[in-house]
Amino acid sequence: MRGTLGYAFVLGGLLCAVFGAVVGIVGGLRRRPGTRAWVERATLGFFVCMLGANLTMVWALIAHDFSVHYVSQVGSRTTPLVYTVVSLWSALEGSILFWGAILGTYLVAFLRAQRSSRERTVELGLGAMLGVATFFAFLIAGPANPFGPVFPVPPDGPGPNALLQNDILMVIHPPMLYCGYVGMTVPFGIAVAALLDGRLGEAWLNALRRWTLVAWTFLTVGLILGSWWAYRVLGWGGYWAWDPVENAAFLPWLTATAFLHSTMLQERRRVLKLWTLSLALASFSLTVLGTFMTRSGIFNSVHSFTQSDIGPTFLVFLALVVAVSIGLLAVRGPQLAPEDTLPGVASRETAILINNLLFSALTFTILLGTVFPLVREAFSGVRVSVGAPYFNRMAVPLGIAILFLMGVGPSLPWGNASRDVWRRQFLVPGMAGLAVLGACLVAGLRGWAPLTTFGLAAFVATVTLRQLFLPALVRMKEKGEKPWTSFARSAARSRRRTGGYLVHLAVVVVFVAIAASSAYVQHTTGTLAPGQTLSLSGYTVRFVGLEQGEEPHRHWVAARLDVTEVGGAHGSLAPRMNFYERSTDPVGSPAVSSGAFGDLYLTLLAFGPDATGSPTASFNMWTLPLVGWIWWSIPLFVIGALVAAWPRRRALPVVDTEPAPARRSAARGTA
Amino acid sequence: MAPKRTTWLGLGALLVAGSALAFIAFGDLGKNLVYYWTPAEMLAAGSKAYGATIRLGGMVQKGSIAWDAGHTELSFRVANDATPSAPSVLVKVHETPPQMFREGIGVVVEGTFDRAQVFTSHRLMVNHSNEYRPPKPGDGDRWKDTLSQGTTSAERAK
Repeated sequence: MRGTLGYAFVLGGLLCAVFGAVVGIVGGLRRRPGTRAWVERATLGFFVCMLGANLTMVWALIAHDFSVHYVSQVGSRTTPLVYTVVSLWSALEGSILFWGAILGTYLVAFLRAQRSSRERTVELGLGAMLGVATFFAFLIAGPANPFGPVFPVPPDGPGPNALLQNDILMVIHPPMLYCGYVGMTVPFGIAVAALLDGRLGEAWLNALRRWTLVAWTFLTVGLILGSWWAYRVLGWGGYWAWDPVENAAFLPWLTATAFLHSTMLQERRRVLKLWTLSLALASFSLTVLGTFMTRSGIFNSVHSFTQSDIGPTFLVFLALVVAVSIGLLAVRGPQLAPEDTLPGVASRETAILINNLLFSALTFTILLGTVFPLVREAFSGVRVSVGAPYFNRMAVPLGIAILFLMGVGPSLPWGNASRDVWRRQFLVPGMAGLAVLGACLVAGLRGWAPLTTFGLAAFVATVTLRQLFLPALVRMKEKGEKPWTSFARSAARSRRRTGGYLVHLAVVVVFVAIAASSAYVQHTTGTLAPGQTLSLSGYTVRFVGLEQGEEPHRHWVAARLDVTEVGGAHGSLAPRMNFYERSTDPVGSPAVSSGAFGDLYLTLLAFGPDATGSPTASFNMWTLPLVGWIWWSIPLFVIGALVAAWPRRRALPVVDTEPAPARRSAARGTA
Repeated sequence: MAPKRTTWLGLGALLVAGSALAFIAFGDLGKNLVYYWTPAEMLAAGSKAYGATIRLGGMVQKGSIAWDAGHTELSFRVANDATPSAPSVLVKVHETPPQMFREGIGVVVEGTFDRAQVFTSHRLMVNHSNEYRPPKPGDGDRWKDTLSQGTTSAERAK
């Protein structure tokens, strides 16, 4: 019964999407009056149907209705309620269904944001987005139908994949990532509409930028949470393995980041219009490619993915998206001619241009490494994978170059720089960078990559902090305001700038944390009897004994360890191994002692009685300096993005009583 | 400088940089390939297999698990399948094997193969099926076996 209801919702959604897509694009192109209202109705209908289908699925999951195909796959009577609800996105069909609900929500939000605009681009954009919605609704209705009937109805199901019910991060990490992925649909629709319309106006560019920023923020948080999840659950002592699944989310992030920068050039100089739109289209294409790669099972083997219809369907859709994008760019591109030229080499414009080139290079190399095994297997039948060393050798130099630019770009003014800009802007940050580099060398740190990163991080942080606080300092001096007031006011005057620099600071934090944790990681392994110890870089752990316990959905064995740090601090850790009734393999839970300076990371490898019958346990032990800062940077990313993207209140006071000279000095060398 | 010449210079520089990047990327790609092979495939590859990074997937052959005297080096044979005559390769590992490691289980070892026909591995993974597979009859209790006897130490006690 629930299956039929859910499927009816899906079909309703498909109808709304098809209708809205056709009416939106045809009506928009022919400038028919009155079609807009129908597109809006179709959008709302799609949203309601997708929401209904998802709620029906959640209802079926909670009610353990095993007559529904998807529930019989991932449901189980023993799974705790929270993981039962979460199993909506724990397997393929459910996650695509969930995808549909997010898409519907985005479309309605876009509609609301654009309700006062009468431009035909809104109609065209909604039409394009509903075109994307058509594909997903078709996927849910056909190849990935989660509502199919099961007969005979099984009394119980297997429960979600054990790895996925092992950690609470599973509850928030996938929705974040999906919000990022799906969010790229909106910039795609906006870009397609701009190309169909043949021009890119101020308001439309603003919408394009803001919606990309929304998706970018979700994607950023999703990526970082994903690495945190891997770190907490997978137990190999790391957070990033250049796995296809990870790369799939990283690629659109790179192009979206490049987009957010190139859009500034477009605003200032009205150049690179075509390039900026290409980046928006590429970001969406890469999310589709990413979903295809992670959801079709193609990485298990090229030859197995054709066994389900989902892979080929995705491939057709991807080809369609790329073909439409390139076709539109080729046909409509010439209409978006640049209206200005770029200034000389030493300018912010050039820095942004190089930034875009570096991001493109990074995207290209990572895409190459990710897709190469597929191509190789498809053509020669040899199964290979590209090792992490390739990605590291490519990404580290490019990443360091990007970090360097993050310091140089904001220091350079828009337009041609005067001769003394180098001395004025780079002296102090350069000294700060060199000082940190020297301090690291004195402290005994070695390795070119981490040391370059630390030095550049100090350089960039100094530049960024100066950019953040200089306007406030000028205000303080000239108006006699309190520090906090003047900072808040100067930030409110240029919110995008402030938000951007806050995000830059977060990126610096992540750079330092990645460099330190990957260059100075330590590892040891050993088998201990009770009372024996294992030591690594200042930590000593003593094996106390084995413990075990029952939880509703699993049985666990933990090894209790006393931890002593060099400073004398004490603690206790218990890495576990979880045994799920329906899974033959145990799933480990690493134990992590997290601190501002670094983490101690312990996993239980094996346990059991030795020849004499006393318990022993084998451990993997890692120390990772500064690693926690990767995830603790999330609030800074979010605050920065919110400051930049939060919609302005309608009635903004436009009265500006500030004397002109003060404003010029506040803005000098900054905005 | 005329704007036109700048454009051409810029495009030229871009082309050079792009091809340099592609050249480096493809070169590096070739050096960092990891081959997914079964013992039979690896042995058939001949001298191509020596020195390359390989992920060898197969089954731990019955009765082949052994520790050296100091209990630091684990050796076993990885075979294509469970039949006694299946092609197999001697693997040496210096790390503690995971809980599930036992005779007859699927493993993936990453490492290199040398002319002495020994596969030296720095990474031993028990084949973890990531995709869910419905439990077969009798599967339901397997986890209890694992729990009741620590596999690696049971091996050791022999």
